[in-house]
Amino acid sequence: MSTLSLLLSLAYLGLVFLAPGALSNLFGLLALGATAFLRLSPTWRTLNLALLTLAFTLGLVRSGNTLGLIGLVGILVALTTLPRIPGGIRVLLGLAILLLSVPMAGFANTFIFELGIQIGIYAAMALGLNVVVGMAGLLDLGYAAFFAVGAYTWAIFGSEQAKNFMQGNFPLPGEYMYLFMGIAIVTTALTGLLIGLPALRLRGDYLAIVTLGLGEVVRILANNLDHPINFTNGPQGITPVQRPPIEWFRELMGSLGVRLDQTTDYQLFFYLLVLLMIGLVVLANVNLANSRFGRAWVAIREDEVAARSMGIPLLPTKLLAFMTGAAFSGVMGVIFAAQRTFVSPESFTLLASITILGMVILGGMGSIPGAILGAAALTILNLDVLKTFSEFVRTSLPQIPSQVDPAKYERLVFGLILVLMMIFRPQGLIPEKRHKAEMEEA
Amino acid sequence: MLEHILALLPQVIFDGLILGFVYAMVALGYTMVYGVLELINFAHSEIFMIGAVVGVEVFRYLAPHVGNGFLLLLIAVLLGGVVAGITAILVERFAYRPLRARGTTNRLVPLITAIGVSFILQDLVRLVEGLWHNEFFLRMRTVEDLEGSVELFGGAIFAQTKSFILMGVSILMLVGLTYLVNRTKLGVAIRAVAQDLHTASLMGIDPDRIISRTFLIGGSLGGVAGVLFALQYTTITPYVGFLPGIKAFTAAVLGGIGNIPGAMLGGLVLGQLENFFGTYLPILTSGNFGTEYKDVVAFLILIFILLVRPQGLLGQVVREKV
Repeated sequence: MSTLSLLLSLAYLGLVFLAPGALSNLFGLLALGATAFLRLSPTWRTLNLALLTLAFTLGLVRSGNTLGLIGLVGILVALTTLPRIPGGIRVLLGLAILLLSVPMAGFANTFIFELGIQIGIYAAMALGLNVVVGMAGLLDLGYAAFFAVGAYTWAIFGSEQAKNFMQGNFPLPGEYMYLFMGIAIVTTALTGLLIGLPALRLRGDYLAIVTLGLGEVVRILANNLDHPINFTNGPQGITPVQRPPIEWFRELMGSLGVRLDQTTDYQLFFYLLVLLMIGLVVLANVNLANSRFGRAWVAIREDEVAARSMGIPLLPTKLLAFMTGAAFSGVMGVIFAAQRTFVSPESFTLLASITILGMVILGGMGSIPGAILGAAALTILNLDVLKTFSEFVRTSLPQIPSQVDPAKYERLVFGLILVLMMIFRPQGLIPEKRHKAEMEEA
Repeated sequence: MLEHILALLPQVIFDGLILGFVYAMVALGYTMVYGVLELINFAHSEIFMIGAVVGVEVFRYLAPHVGNGFLLLLIAVLLGGVVAGITAILVERFAYRPLRARGTTNRLVPLITAIGVSFILQDLVRLVEGLWHNEFFLRMRTVEDLEGSVELFGGAIFAQTKSFILMGVSILMLVGLTYLVNRTKLGVAIRAVAQDLHTASLMGIDPDRIISRTFLIGGSLGGVAGVLFALQYTTITPYVGFLPGIKAFTAAVLGGIGNIPGAMLGGLVLGQLENFFGTYLPILTSGNFGTEYKDVVAFLILIFILLVRPQGLLGQVVREKV
């Protein structure tokens, strides 16, 4: 077993040198699967993971094929979930992947940076929704609404938009983005309170449809509040939104010996910023899960009546979960607005809410590594795999009607993921312990 | 301004009535499935959409061959009802039944499945229409027999033949369904399963079969509603079911979910309110708030009802069992 998996890993490393690309990366994923699921001694497994990290990194740098990125995320997940790997190695390898492999690949191919940033933003939101759906068991189908509130909070004041309804020197300078990340926590938590106060009094399935409705309301407002007073600029959206100045970051990187050009500087900056945010969000998630509130949420999820009779106040506890999830989403909204310098209602449809839900479901409700893996898988699927497939169809089958462009069929893919997961593996790919027990018992 | 509002009023009420009957027909499907399974069947809005698409296709292909518009509509309605009903049965069989067989107690699981099914159906229809005609916006062909119009009350109401047909058909369906549920053996079985699935199965009722029939009936009603909707509002897309679906659910809750006369009443009330706001909001705010906000009104009504009278207008209070 040990030799087999080592051979596979070495073979992949060799393949990366000879023929980097989609096929060799698929082989790499196979090798990773062997490393994760075969019976191996911890030393062999660690060695394998290190080899594979090197190979995936090389593969990404040499070919830019994004399957390599899935491989790296897979290694991260393996590092966090597999037992008996030395703690120091986990941290070291993890940091190497996040701080060396991905940026190196990003310099070779800027699309990798873009993907990394998007994955990060969605992963942080999936972790936020995880608090609401996974821990507290509240099905929120309008989660993108909070993302929208966060994004518009900065977009309106970080552009000339605010001049339409108040006096002042707009756009605010880019440094204010950091302040607005804090403000967005407040505005989205308040929105959560506003939506949650009526919605959370309702039983589980009514909550789903009410949040779905309210998510639509926020989108309709964003779409129509360009008159009588122009708050949101309607369907055209707001652009350009200010980014924070990053002179200090360029100097810092320069002193570390990293030379940045006009496109990669902001990408590396946002990539690291998003990483930092995920770190904070994971920390908050772990601490919340083990706190008094986390236990109360799980109790409510398992049995509302029993939880209430144990003295847990239902509405405030649920509201807290709702507002926490909303705040995570709001902060990422600010970063999203600044990174893309453009915000429009299109990004906050029902489809966006369901996408984030799909990430949580795919990874496993309540599971932290699961939410990150789900975010990586669905983002890559959405931004890269479907688009590549579209290109392929367009070039090789030009007679196919334009309406049958695979990139337009995200709903089909997400729908299939939701249904198949619910029927065959409702606990998700990386189940949380308590959830797993519950699903199996049933 | 008041004169202007009053002058429009008969037309607003008439249009609201049409919309209300559409909601009522779709709401019946939600309320029946909720009655037997306690599941919000999100996919029902897509069953409705499939009915509408079948209607468009029947008119597209048969209009040149069938001279009589009424006969054409009859074919479309029947075919739409059958296709939608069969789709509903398939959805139940392949998506919901496996969950029941496993005995999942987690309430989120069937809900998430329902959303997934809804998305799958939307894009499957989009795919079929894309391959078939390379179209996303489907336009209902107009047939002269059905487009005739009269002016009632000295021109206060402009009414089309097809609108009368829509109302007539929906009243017929509502009456028929009430008869079926209250007076037939199948109806007794459906009510028994709705009341207590396990006890019903002890009384010689096969719950799976009854649930399947319930989906068939609800689905066909939704499909017929879809055909009439396409006839009335003419432009259809594969994503057209979402808003009417959600509003029909609102109507079902408004009337008292699980309650058939309640669903009809809820649909009619919601249709009136929505049309009322859609027309008068721009007039009253001199154009500052447009018709787009009528959707917001429907959701606010939903929340308000759920907070103030969660059992709905005609529903009974059910205590939650521990």
